[in-house]
Amino acid sequence: MRETKLYQIGTFAVGNRLLDPEDRSAQASPDRANSITSGHRACQGCGEALGARYVLDAAMRAADGDVVVTNSTGCLEVFSTPYPESSWQIPWVHSLFGNGPAVAAGMAAGLRASGRTSTRVVGQAGDGGTVDIGFGCLSGMFERNDDVLFVCYDNQGYMNTGVQRSAATPPAARTANTGVIGDEPGNAFGQGKFVPLIAMAHEIPYVATATVADLHDLEDKVTRAMGMHGARYLHVLVPCPLGWAAAPAETIRLARLAVESGLFPVFEAEHGEVTAVTSIRGKVPVDDYLRLQGRYAHLFGDPGRPDLVARLQALADRNVVRFGLLDSDDGTQNASLGS
Amino acid sequence: MDLPFGITLEHGGSRANKTGSWRTERPVYVHHLPPCNQACPAGEDVRSWLYDGESGGDGYERAWRAIMEVNPFPAVMGRICYHPCETGCNRGQLDEAVGINSVERFLGDEAIRAGWRMQVDRPSSGRRVVVVGAGPSGLSAAYHLVRLGHAVTLLDSAPRPGGMMRYGIPAYRLPREVLDAEIQRILDLGVDLRTDTTVTDLDQTLREDGYDAAFLAVGAPLGHRAHLPAGSAAKIVDAVTMLHGLEEGERPLLGRRVAVYGGGNTAMDAARTAKRLGAEDALVVYRRTRERMPAHESEVREAEEEGVRFTWLSTITQVQEGMLTLERMELDETGFPQPTGETEELPADAVVLALGQDTDLAFLGRAEGVEVEDGVVVVDDSQMTGRPGVFAGGDVAPGPRSATVAIGQGRRAATSIDAWLRGAIPERVVELPLADFAALNTWYYTDAPRSHRPVLEAARRASTFDEVVQGLNRDTALYEARRCMSCGNCISCDNCFGVCPDNAVIKVDDADAPYLIDLDFCKGCGLCAAECPAGAIAMVPEEI
Amino acid sequence: MREQLEGSQAVARTVARCRPRVVAAYPISPQTHIVERLSDLVRSGDLAPCEYLMVESEFGAMSACIGASAVGARTYTATASQGLLFMAEALFNVSGLGLPVVMTVANRAIGAPINIWNDHSDAMSQRDCGWVQLFAASNQEAVDLHVQAFVLAERLSSPVMVCMDGFVLTHAVEAIDVPDQAEVDAFVPPFVPRQMLDPTDPVTIGAMVGPEAFTEVKYLMHRRQQQALAEIPSIAADFAARFGRTSGGVVHPYRTDDADTVVVALGSALGSVCRVVDDLRAEGTSVGALGITCFRPWPEAEVRAALAGARHVVVLERAFSPGAGGIVGRDVRTSIGSRTPVVDAVVGLGGRPVSRATVRRVLEDVSAGRLTPDDLHFPDLRRDLIDSEPATRGGPRA
Repeated sequence: MRETKLYQIGTFAVGNRLLDPEDRSAQASPDRANSITSGHRACQGCGEALGARYVLDAAMRAADGDVVVTNSTGCLEVFSTPYPESSWQIPWVHSLFGNGPAVAAGMAAGLRASGRTSTRVVGQAGDGGTVDIGFGCLSGMFERNDDVLFVCYDNQGYMNTGVQRSAATPPAARTANTGVIGDEPGNAFGQGKFVPLIAMAHEIPYVATATVADLHDLEDKVTRAMGMHGARYLHVLVPCPLGWAAAPAETIRLARLAVESGLFPVFEAEHGEVTAVTSIRGKVPVDDYLRLQGRYAHLFGDPGRPDLVARLQALADRNVVRFGLLDSDDGTQNASLGS
Repeated sequence: MDLPFGITLEHGGSRANKTGSWRTERPVYVHHLPPCNQACPAGEDVRSWLYDGESGGDGYERAWRAIMEVNPFPAVMGRICYHPCETGCNRGQLDEAVGINSVERFLGDEAIRAGWRMQVDRPSSGRRVVVVGAGPSGLSAAYHLVRLGHAVTLLDSAPRPGGMMRYGIPAYRLPREVLDAEIQRILDLGVDLRTDTTVTDLDQTLREDGYDAAFLAVGAPLGHRAHLPAGSAAKIVDAVTMLHGLEEGERPLLGRRVAVYGGGNTAMDAARTAKRLGAEDALVVYRRTRERMPAHESEVREAEEEGVRFTWLSTITQVQEGMLTLERMELDETGFPQPTGETEELPADAVVLALGQDTDLAFLGRAEGVEVEDGVVVVDDSQMTGRPGVFAGGDVAPGPRSATVAIGQGRRAATSIDAWLRGAIPERVVELPLADFAALNTWYYTDAPRSHRPVLEAARRASTFDEVVQGLNRDTALYEARRCMSCGNCISCDNCFGVCPDNAVIKVDDADAPYLIDLDFCKGCGLCAAECPAGAIAMVPEEI
Repeated sequence: MREQLEGSQAVARTVARCRPRVVAAYPISPQTHIVERLSDLVRSGDLAPCEYLMVESEFGAMSACIGASAVGARTYTATASQGLLFMAEALFNVSGLGLPVVMTVANRAIGAPINIWNDHSDAMSQRDCGWVQLFAASNQEAVDLHVQAFVLAERLSSPVMVCMDGFVLTHAVEAIDVPDQAEVDAFVPPFVPRQMLDPTDPVTIGAMVGPEAFTEVKYLMHRRQQQALAEIPSIAADFAARFGRTSGGVVHPYRTDDADTVVVALGSALGSVCRVVDDLRAEGTSVGALGITCFRPWPEAEVRAALAGARHVVVLERAFSPGAGGIVGRDVRTSIGSRTPVVDAVVGLGGRPVSRATVRRVLEDVSAGRLTPDDLHFPDLRRDLIDSEPATRGGPRA
């Protein structure tokens, strides 16, 4: 989706001194909104704190600073607003764990009825607040096509409550309630849900996935979403050093490897059809991704679980085929999903 | 607004919470030595001038000036340097090394085209330095000395300056107008060049002309003679003499079939020259294998493209009129060639010897303190001989023999002479740790295959001395410069500024240090260091 | 202008004239006629500008109200019964955030067993959620309370629940005076939010508060509710001055001055109680009635004053706390002290009519000493049903 005009240093880096300022990322600007500012109490290397700033700063840029935000209960809400210190520099409201999309819908309705049509609404939640407890409200917001960009920061579990499984926790991951006991694989295979596809089934104007590893892709998607009206959904993978038992410095690398392994497909869809896929730049085996994470340590011990690694590899390979994640030789992509 | 207590807060108050107290490690911006810089015998800060060049436009001139601070021959180097920088280039581990040499040539050519000049940096010191030999080392030293404010007299026995650049390297590799332009630019700074001036007695020259210091850069102008049993009618010439004569307008008569004996770059030059002079068959005879041949790969490849043939693992045991006897060799376990006793005969009208070059040090006479060992002048780290004030460099001094090395030694000598004249101790260069590939985060660099320079079509290469390798144009040069990964040094890419989850990187308007770490808030997660494309951030333990 | 109207229709028209900007509702009997009518008014453009959100649940409805109110829009919803319970988490959130949402609760029983008919179990279950809870004794009062509720909510920056008995009021057609638009506009000032999401002055609404300040936040909430006890009569007085009728306030004493026995009631039962009071007075019995209009916050002083002369107090409970007793009665007891016996009589659960006969019987039983103050009584209990075979199979006998 992003045309690279020049081969040059830092095309994928945050900034690029060789680009015109208007072509640079929002994050490269010293004048960026810093929607969430310093002093928050997120863990070291928190992917969600990073993702939230990436998304909201881009939204702020796209809407010329005219943005209001609601935030469901979760890590992001907790670490950013302990009385008396807020980390938010944008209008922000937290209500409950399960009602973020409905609050956002109400905000959009209230703004429209008040004639504040330039003010845009962003809702945000973690995966628990999105795919589990908030799912009813999310689906309602989607089907009503409320004018909301809802962002799920997916760190694949209930991290704030001590790392329990959510419906976004991947198979074989060890969590506090999917312990590796006996032959248990960690989190079960064949369960869970991938909400971007469910969002697409609502045929809303825009659905996209992204990660904190590829800022330009993420910002492009936020910008694109903000250029539309109606219900829009962005699902951002945000690795969690705590819950994934990984080094804080590996957060972005993990997001990158999740994509490059094929385990996390990055794509866009409009009105229920996949319209673009972000290709894997250098395919890696799932091992490269899994081995960096303590939640998968049981797969690689002695004797380990090569059978489970193979099943995860099969899931990744299925994504590659299903979404057309690898450029074919003639440079075109072949997605079997959508048109 | 009349905010409800507790649950509704003013924005941004968390900045009162200094999360920097969590930190056990802090990020520190580092400057590591890029392998290109480390490999450059001339001491160029390659990464730095590529960085300037990446901007294009004005950046080209900045880049050129950065080279010129070190090496006054970008256009020449961009043609004849064997670019160890590219061998070292980390990008070679990703796809292909950055075409540093071709960018340098582009910049050099741009400078000639645009007439960019350098200037003398310092007021006149009133000190006089004589440089003996106007080859790459002597010219380099003269250039730097004159810019440092010293009066330089440059002596050379040849009619024109340039040394082996002119008399050893054929014009199809180094067009003379390019060489002349870069030499003239040096002379224009005020170097007193005296050609056709052979120093026969160093002591006399120093004494009578009252020089405060001397740099000896007379090179190794003599072709190494090997004893070959030869018939009286056998035609044997040495490559150095042949190439020198060619430059002075001679057309050596070598016949249809020419054998060149040796495996160095001079051998390639001789063979390719022979083809251009009309030889139908140019055969390089070398006693080891292709892999062990000292000639640079690109020279060998170009020679092959031009029809030069090679006979590996062979020595010449006898030369007769129209005929050579070769003996097959085989490599022993140490890689040294051993005779096998098997011979074969080969028709050849002439044999060109390219077996290396020797110095001619007769002019030293009994110059006090100047020691000679293994045919070269002994020098210390500062290029000074045993005699205070007398320095030596280039092929006359120990070390690999190449124009680039010579230029580097010329500069080092100039710096040392300047320090010596001022009574100062030469500045020690701080040894930076090497920027290795593993420290880079190459994902951030766009996939960008190398752009190769076009070459002259074969027909013209066979018969003329036109330059074989063409330059990059503005677009391809820019592209190539932008392939640089800036190993171990900040490229102002804003990645650290962006990836910090705590907004603890501050962007400041300082080209040399564009970012500061806000230690009030940095939690020490290490994301900035892990995600720095150039490996220019290190995590350092806090003292707790 | 008085006209024959269904209570729901009258409330919907009144709410519309209060100019809510957002209505978010999920259908549940017996609230449906209110929100259906509002939907019509929004769709027809009679209520504009207004956004009507057809949400996926009551939880979504109240949540949408939170969002709308947080951006400074006047916000309304209506629900009942299970719907109110489904909102429970959000109710506490609205009051905690101090958002002036106004909601109609068409009071209905809570299952199981599922029952769509009227009692007060729903509202009573949310007694402690921090909302103002006003109970309408009639459809006219329901109409008038809505007008006052918007004023009160926005003045306090606190949510207000207007409770009207399901079916008994919502579906009753009677002569009702719905204030016209100009009158409402004159009475309900434009909404000036105390806090709102505004990009030009970004605030953080809904922070996390720990032990260091949680008590203080809750204390201030209590103070705000107490403040409502002063505001409600003040608004009612303003209303009376403008509209020429008495509605609202915190309590409605009726012939209590010299009453020996006072019956306390909430909602539509008050009408029957007052008729019985009139009948018994005519018969020479000294009785009175006390309507509680404002159940939360609890008007302790007003209740104490109204019951100061009574020797017997009877509370008609439309809900109760199983295993514990009456809900309203406990508050009454706390208010008046132990000198005056209080009888808790649970009547009218799940739609059983609170007839004059029932009220009269209760009073007669109290007078005869058949209802003791310490027990929870069920005067309209059908013992014949309990004593029948099917009823006794599963549990204790009455």
